[in-house]
Amino acid sequence: MIEQNKKISVESESVIEVKELAISYETRKGEVPAVRGVSFQVGRGETLGIVGESGCGKSTIALSIVGSLGKNGRFANGSINFLGEELIGRSFDDLRRIRGNEIAMVYQDPTQALNPALKLGRQLAEVLTTHQDISFEGAWQQSIKMLEQVRIPDPDQVMHRYPHQVSGGQKQRVVIAMALLTNPSLLIMDEPTTALDVTIEAQVLDLVDDLKNDFDTAIIFISHNLGVVARVCGNIAVMYAGVMVEKGPIEKVFASPLHPYTKGLLDCIPKLGMTKTTSQLIPIKGRVPVPAEITEESCIFYPRCDFREDVCNNSQPEFLWGDGDHGTRCFFTNVISKKSKKRKVVKKSEVERPDGSATSIDNDILLSIDHLKVYYSHKSNVSYFSKKKFVKAVDDVSLNIKEGETLGIVGESGCGKSTLARGVIGLEDVTGGGGDFLGFDLSVPLSNRNIEFIREIQMVFQNPDSTLNPSYSVGKQIARPVKRFGIVPRRSVDEEVYRLLSAVHLAEHYYGRYPRQLSGGEKQRVGIARALASRPDLVIMDEPLSALDVSVQASVINFLLELQETQKTTMIFIAHDLSVVRYLADDVAVMYMGQIVERGPADAIYAPSYHSYTEALLSAVPIPDPAITKKRIRLLGEVQSSINPPTGCRFSTRCQRREMLLDNGKLCEREGPQWQRSEKGNWILCHIPVVELSQVEPIVHGRGKGAKSKLRPARARY
Amino acid sequence: MKSDFLRRFLKNRLALSGLIIVLFFFLVSFFAPLISPHDPAEIDRDNILSSPSWEYVFGTDKTGRDVFSRMVYGSRISLKVGFVAVGISLIIGIFIGAVAGYYGGIADAIVMRFVDVMLCFPAFFLILAVIAILEPSIWNIMIVIGITGWMGIARLVRAEFLTLKERDFVLAAKAQGVGGMRIIFRHILPNAMGPILVAATLGVAGAILTESALSFLGIGIQPPTPSWGNILTEGKDTIDIAPWLSLYPGLAILVTVLGYNLLGEGIRDAMDPRLREGGAEK
Repeated sequence: MIEQNKKISVESESVIEVKELAISYETRKGEVPAVRGVSFQVGRGETLGIVGESGCGKSTIALSIVGSLGKNGRFANGSINFLGEELIGRSFDDLRRIRGNEIAMVYQDPTQALNPALKLGRQLAEVLTTHQDISFEGAWQQSIKMLEQVRIPDPDQVMHRYPHQVSGGQKQRVVIAMALLTNPSLLIMDEPTTALDVTIEAQVLDLVDDLKNDFDTAIIFISHNLGVVARVCGNIAVMYAGVMVEKGPIEKVFASPLHPYTKGLLDCIPKLGMTKTTSQLIPIKGRVPVPAEITEESCIFYPRCDFREDVCNNSQPEFLWGDGDHGTRCFFTNVISKKSKKRKVVKKSEVERPDGSATSIDNDILLSIDHLKVYYSHKSNVSYFSKKKFVKAVDDVSLNIKEGETLGIVGESGCGKSTLARGVIGLEDVTGGGGDFLGFDLSVPLSNRNIEFIREIQMVFQNPDSTLNPSYSVGKQIARPVKRFGIVPRRSVDEEVYRLLSAVHLAEHYYGRYPRQLSGGEKQRVGIARALASRPDLVIMDEPLSALDVSVQASVINFLLELQETQKTTMIFIAHDLSVVRYLADDVAVMYMGQIVERGPADAIYAPSYHSYTEALLSAVPIPDPAITKKRIRLLGEVQSSINPPTGCRFSTRCQRREMLLDNGKLCEREGPQWQRSEKGNWILCHIPVVELSQVEPIVHGRGKGAKSKLRPARARY
Repeated sequence: MKSDFLRRFLKNRLALSGLIIVLFFFLVSFFAPLISPHDPAEIDRDNILSSPSWEYVFGTDKTGRDVFSRMVYGSRISLKVGFVAVGISLIIGIFIGAVAGYYGGIADAIVMRFVDVMLCFPAFFLILAVIAILEPSIWNIMIVIGITGWMGIARLVRAEFLTLKERDFVLAAKAQGVGGMRIIFRHILPNAMGPILVAATLGVAGAILTESALSFLGIGIQPPTPSWGNILTEGKDTIDIAPWLSLYPGLAILVTVLGYNLLGEGIRDAMDPRLREGGAEK
């Protein structure tokens, strides 16, 4: 694929060529540089991935190309050459003509890209009728063809629907179809899969991959997710604080990063297969500087760099081409490339549980959930008297969690994992079933719970921006539960708060800060400190990492592990990122439509025998290593509503393994499956005999070593 | 954010002039005894309906009282009525709106239908009717204006609560077993204060206007207590020979109401920069 790209780029001139681009924004603090020294070119049929953490200028580049920088944005330097025409300095009308016809853009959120009041067909056809001299009828027919090309089933029907009548993945396909309608020379995709579920993301990425063959469009693909970029891009450019620090073919950049930032990014994400006992994540120290802190004198990465020397503080490195088409902006490229050949895998043998690995069996059960049900009543709009319907958000879930361990719960959005957590902690009323936690009954509503019971379960929330009360200082918010549960005597409350702050690695002066003065990672740590303030036995983490940048994510993960080691806290860790769950969890439960379909020890879950849903989830995880090939399993359709779950096995409507049964699994539609236990100790809810499931080929193939090595790639691969 | 708020507020000239107007009338009513050259009830028989002069800056009325002094004391009434009436509206509105928004369901349905019913009455005629039955004292006026003006605030508070109660920090408080009332007043309400403050400021303007109208109709503040409304009403009989009697109180009402409105809108704009500056910084 990469060879192919290169061939094309040699033959054809580049579609877009950006040279030494510099953009700054006017603010009241003066002119602030947002992007500096960015150069790249993309030829026909090529895909350039631009990666970097939030605030590093990725989107600014995209906006500058389409000419919508906003009133306060200004080109400070450089040129953007598009098909031989200079874009900088063009009038708005010129830009609009070029943009509509030749440059198309796909944004992150498909729901906002489509007009909810117009039928999809009308919106698609309009793209053609405004830009080309074409009849509405002709445009309509062409739109249907385009929908076929983006693999939308039944395009005739879809043309007549409104945006809210199609699913999220379909919507993003429609947006992509809309972008491709005018057959643009350049397609810019700004985080096109970030708002989608992992299985849908995989479908959209497949589509982008296919489009490269069907169209000769140049694609700029912007993403914060290295795995996603590795999946679809031929070339990659790494941005840091507005500067392009590394650029090259994807294989080379991932195999031997030349810039310490790229290396840091690769080191701080858990790869599928890494676990807390085999390897340690290495977070990048410090944080991305805000534009005002950037100086012209020193290397942009100097404050955070592990390889820095004095020269880095005194002068800025130029962008140098190292190995042919792979270049970077660093003085010590040679040192770094040598070091990065051999990846640091810190074995944590010493830090492992002092009493050996067999502890998991001996630990007492802290929480047992027993046939728990949480239903929401669903208001029917049809009639006042119609039968009450229920959304079975959590339907008959049983689980055990042992003391001091971490249970990971994974599943697509809407599978009920958050509702399960809220049911346990009492934020949702339990409809049926219950459970036992330290002798307390889980089915008791929160308002009737004993204060001890409340104290022992606490929760960390997903969104760092809403987890803290904007009206109170950090210290006060942590002090509240301390006082409420009488953890320490009144006069030493402040001391306790300082202790908690230092436990989450925040300095004492954070006591008086307000949430708006903190970064996302800091807010999340305060949220964790607040949850720990009551010294609970069980902490429920509802996607605590998903809103954080990867380098921040790594430090929070490390910090959670440290906490668990020192305080023996039991955790329920809910996430959609299977790599992170694999890394953190001892046990894993996979949820689908309110039910658990597979549970067991983490290493058993991530290897055959899989439940077919687990298999599909694993296959969909984008892996930040282009050298790894994966078996491609794509589920049919999307998650259905839990109001009317399918009879029999709930997964039967999307299952790709039904052919393993007689009659293509007629049984699955009639009867619900029974739990089966595999040799490895995981429980699978499926009709297919577990022996047959264990014959299934593993998802991930490591580099060279073949399928067998896949479960320990953290060691085997590097 | 607080300094940002101040910066944006101070940059907005209209808002600033609103603040200055409001502060000016505050000072006037506070220092009324020092400012007014005469006793507002003092009658000068030699100067009936005299035009503005050095002795009587705004002239005198038909019983020979100094209009300027009466205006200065009248500003106290306006201020008092404005703030007390809005205070009453706030207490009722916040409580009802918060309960409806936070608890939702049946409580919300009942409370909001009650709000709808209250809104069905033409407020001004309701006030007229009530005052006609009760005796028109300043306290009655304040209370009646207060209890007919809380519906807007209740709706606003409810809307704020509907979004705020879904935020994670509220869930976190619930997870710690904090009770409903405590969550409403300690955890959610401080975050809804901004819009409430705006509504209250605009409400003061409305209350001042209502009081003036009532006094003008003769069922508000009763003479001899001076209020801008009843000075205006006295002036209307002699508007062809002594127009200053109507002009000054009319202007005072206009400027005060304008001041509160500008101030309220200024606070709103300063709190939500998207309304003004446009284009989020990326």
